Amino acid sequence: MTFDLFVLPFFFGLLFLMAVLIIKYSRWIAMMDASDRIKAAMGLFSVNLLKTIKEIFMESLLHRKMFKRNPLLGYMHMSFALGWFLLIVMGNLESRVYSGGHINPPYYPIFLKFFIHDKRVLPFEIFTLPGFFRFTMDLLLLYVLSGLVLALFKRTRSKWFGLHQTTNHKRFDRWVLTSLWLIFPMRLLAESFTAGIYRGGGFLTNTLGSIFDVILPLEYLAYPAWWAYSTMLGIFFVTLPWSRFMHIPTEIILIYLRNAGIEQGKYPGSFSEIELRSCPRCGVCIDVCQMNQAGLTGSTAVYLIRSLRDKQADVQLNLNCLMCGRCLEACPVGIDTLGLRVGARSVDNKLLASDFSYLLKEPVVERKAEVAYFAGCMGHLTPGVKRAMLQIFEKAGVEYTFLDEDGSICCGRPLKLAGLQESASKLVKENTMKILDTKAKILVTSCPICYKVFNNDYELQGIEVMHHSVYIDKLVKDGKLVLQPMDMKAVYHDPCELGRGSGIYEQPRNVLKQIAEVADVSEERVNSLCCGGSIGEISMNAAKRNVIRDGALGILCESQPDILVTACPLCKKTFDSGNAILVKDIAEIVAESMILSKQKVEITAIAR
Amino acid sequence: MEKKVINFGYSVTRDRQIDFDANNRDICKIVAAAEPTINLCISCGTCTATCSAALFTDFSLRQIILLVRRGETKGLEKEISKCMLCGKCQLVCPRNVSTRNLVIQISKAITTARS
Repeated sequence: MTFDLFVLPFFFGLLFLMAVLIIKYSRWIAMMDASDRIKAAMGLFSVNLLKTIKEIFMESLLHRKMFKRNPLLGYMHMSFALGWFLLIVMGNLESRVYSGGHINPPYYPIFLKFFIHDKRVLPFEIFTLPGFFRFTMDLLLLYVLSGLVLALFKRTRSKWFGLHQTTNHKRFDRWVLTSLWLIFPMRLLAESFTAGIYRGGGFLTNTLGSIFDVILPLEYLAYPAWWAYSTMLGIFFVTLPWSRFMHIPTEIILIYLRNAGIEQGKYPGSFSEIELRSCPRCGVCIDVCQMNQAGLTGSTAVYLIRSLRDKQADVQLNLNCLMCGRCLEACPVGIDTLGLRVGARSVDNKLLASDFSYLLKEPVVERKAEVAYFAGCMGHLTPGVKRAMLQIFEKAGVEYTFLDEDGSICCGRPLKLAGLQESASKLVKENTMKILDTKAKILVTSCPICYKVFNNDYELQGIEVMHHSVYIDKLVKDGKLVLQPMDMKAVYHDPCELGRGSGIYEQPRNVLKQIAEVADVSEERVNSLCCGGSIGEISMNAAKRNVIRDGALGILCESQPDILVTACPLCKKTFDSGNAILVKDIAEIVAESMILSKQKVEITAIAR
Repeated sequence: MEKKVINFGYSVTRDRQIDFDANNRDICKIVAAAEPTINLCISCGTCTATCSAALFTDFSLRQIILLVRRGETKGLEKEISKCMLCGKCQLVCPRNVSTRNLVIQISKAITTARS
């Protein structure tokens, strides 16, 4: 016997799911840019494919990043993903033992225990091939069920799993989750009932079956249990494409496309559609989001992604985000949360559509220094930082061009973060011309916001862009600057755009360690907090910004340092207004300690 | 033929009285609903003093806010698009006006009203 009516809910559910996935994926592939489609096709023939397979195994099955966050959370996800995957693989192999190696219809391995009652195998036998499979299948089912028990606990005891706040799911998602949860207990019951009747089954199903046989009329219950099992599978498969569990198939596609070199574009496209569906709404981004401190919970990445997927995005709500990148760092799927938000903001991108023609009046001056210095808007707003940098150039004997001495043109990143890509690209064009005109080899900037956009969006052939902290580190290493230690304890704050945004953590610390004792902060480097002054946040009021600032200051000052050093004029200005501690930019403290070591230097800019 | 006016060496300036009844203040209301901090502005002009765009062109956020409040929004769309959103004004504002969102919301309200 290889067929029974009860397999139909599962079988049609599976066919439906496959059809929907094929339609959706083909539509996204059709929507792709031609260049992206070529990249996607080339990905099949590159060595990156091995990397992709490894990543799919590590992340989609083992859930490595989830383990890193919390072992219990990782175990729970792994038991579902890896356990179910192995059940499918092993079940398939097991079914072939009985079909003489032939491929079976898809429902056959799933419901094998209904069709095959191998009385030759004893329940606790494991050293024959059928016995081994029977044992392994029971073990895997137990493994998945252990994850299910944890998942039930997680509903009320999420703190054990390292989650203080969890996602508030839609009712539809909760229904689908229930059907997923019921699949495995139903499988256990169906297999146990049948095992009880035929005295078959492995260590788990046989034991349970014998017990059930004493207390329950199994001959009446077994068949309905198989129907229930099949129905739950059917319901789950049919609802999956519209639920959060769409992440199961889509995450694999996302990993593949990412490794093929496809990125989130300026505007929402098919890659962002795939990203939206790769979000499992696990809620890991909620705890790390500082907006919660300010009571703004509605615009967290998980809800942004959900609203975008449901096409119910609230433009006003999306303005509430520090764009600090903590969610991006925490996301176990690696979804470009910031790119998605900028894309969502760009629906209003016709606003402020200036041609910035007034900037053209700037006369072009020929300068020849090796180094060009760009203070940036924020650098100009904190004259101490600007002055310190000029002193450092003087002291190190570096000839430089002060690119924006008479006030800067904005680098374009604020417009870009606001989703106003068109206007931003005009500023980028304007600044690129100015920078290239200097004929410099190195462009030093004081503002991490400018630094990031210069690196990512400008085409500055032959010019190395350096943040001033990196440049100072280079000067010190080259022996052009001598720093004298000061007797003080400092903490270093990683600015979002410099740390998470550009991956610069060590250079500013190297410099600071030569001057002061640097204490550790509980949340630093990739976990660094946002100062609250963020230029990416558009609509939050000052009172709420202050709450975020004070929260960050509290963490930074835990070790009671004498000074808080940062490498961003905006962070400096924001923290300074908290009046909690002496705040200085890395350039300022360097300028002071080098002045202490040698005689005072006149501040004169040579290159004009 | 133009009327010949005798030049007495002085002229009569146009009446600068603002007629709130005649002006359409709807845009101000829309903006205030989206960004209430517009009501905090005391027209001190610190924003304009620090403005990056104002270094290169005739641009004053203070004036724009005044005009929006008065309901004199004609031609403001082009004017406000000179803003680079750099955010210096927001950091210096003594009244903590969310100037960046204000610029976006004014631009949005005017654009929407036009279409």
